[in-house]
Amino acid sequence: MLLITIFGFALIFIGIWGMLTQKNIIKMIIGFSIVDTGIHLVILSIGFRKEGTAPIIDATLSKAEAVSRAIDPIPSALVLTAIVIGLAVTALMLVYAFKMYEKKGSLQIKDFKELKW
Amino acid sequence: MVRKIFLFIILILFLYMIFPLISEFKILSQIPDLAKYYLEKGPDELGSANLVTSVIVSYRGLDTLGEVTVLFIATAGIGFLLRKKSRISLTPNRKASEILRTGSAFLLPIIFLYGIFIFTHGHLTPGGGFQGGVIIASGILLLMLAEISWKMNYLILHWVESLSGFFYVIIGLLGIFLAAGFLDNRLLPLGDFGRLFSAGAIPFIYSFVGLKVGSELVGILTKLQR
Repeated sequence: MLLITIFGFALIFIGIWGMLTQKNIIKMIIGFSIVDTGIHLVILSIGFRKEGTAPIIDATLSKAEAVSRAIDPIPSALVLTAIVIGLAVTALMLVYAFKMYEKKGSLQIKDFKELKW
Repeated sequence: MVRKIFLFIILILFLYMIFPLISEFKILSQIPDLAKYYLEKGPDELGSANLVTSVIVSYRGLDTLGEVTVLFIATAGIGFLLRKKSRISLTPNRKASEILRTGSAFLLPIIFLYGIFIFTHGHLTPGGGFQGGVIIASGILLLMLAEISWKMNYLILHWVESLSGFFYVIIGLLGIFLAAGFLDNRLLPLGDFGRLFSAGAIPFIYSFVGLKVGSELVGILTKLQR
């Protein structure tokens, strides 16, 4: 599980690097999506426990065993909703990028000087 | 040059920030008390076999309502940005290929059935309203790709979206009067553990969440289609 934490942080790192260095707005949005995925992995790895299993009661996991074997359900619940929210927020950013392209005919960040200081 | 140095400093600071999380990482042999409570009491208290679902829908139901609101605001933002018809025309003037049209006609009912199965069985199997809603929206996306001239009926979409959100809150409020608190699923009998009609109101709440999420995402798709 340490491996998944490290992979998660590596993804966040790559995403932040991409957002800061890329000049194209679409590539920045891709960087944001990569950060999103990395954060999901990190949150999931926090809830893990030794030899844990999914917290679903069925033939292989009885009610009595749940406390001793199942993983923490709260981080999983947070990530489950966060994935869909990430999708909607990415769609919003892409629409915003499309509007910017319509306005200026360019997706390069150097063509947008209004907020530069 | 200065920009590169700044970038380097920011990335170093970020590494410094996350370093303790990695160096002091240890796999939990003991889970926190709150999670222990959810795992120990959850199955008997709420009757849901999937404990993640019982956390999402009931114990932390208010958070989920907030997440659905965030989704709604994102959709409203997209609708606001795309309120005028775009000057750049993106619609191609030839029909989709024969393979795509026949394949989508075959797959669409199965995709819808699968989405509905996932959000009605959210309390038994891994799955639930969010995943089911996304699967239904992906089915609509396939239909849009196959039939370019096809337009979603806005009236139905808006009514499904509004009514599912409305009933979601109404069930939550009924929980205050008939059971212990907001979004408490015990206002209906818990039933047999592990059956479809069990776990009180969880299947109904999750179905409304699924319809809400599905109609929001279809709304995003129809706005992008124009």
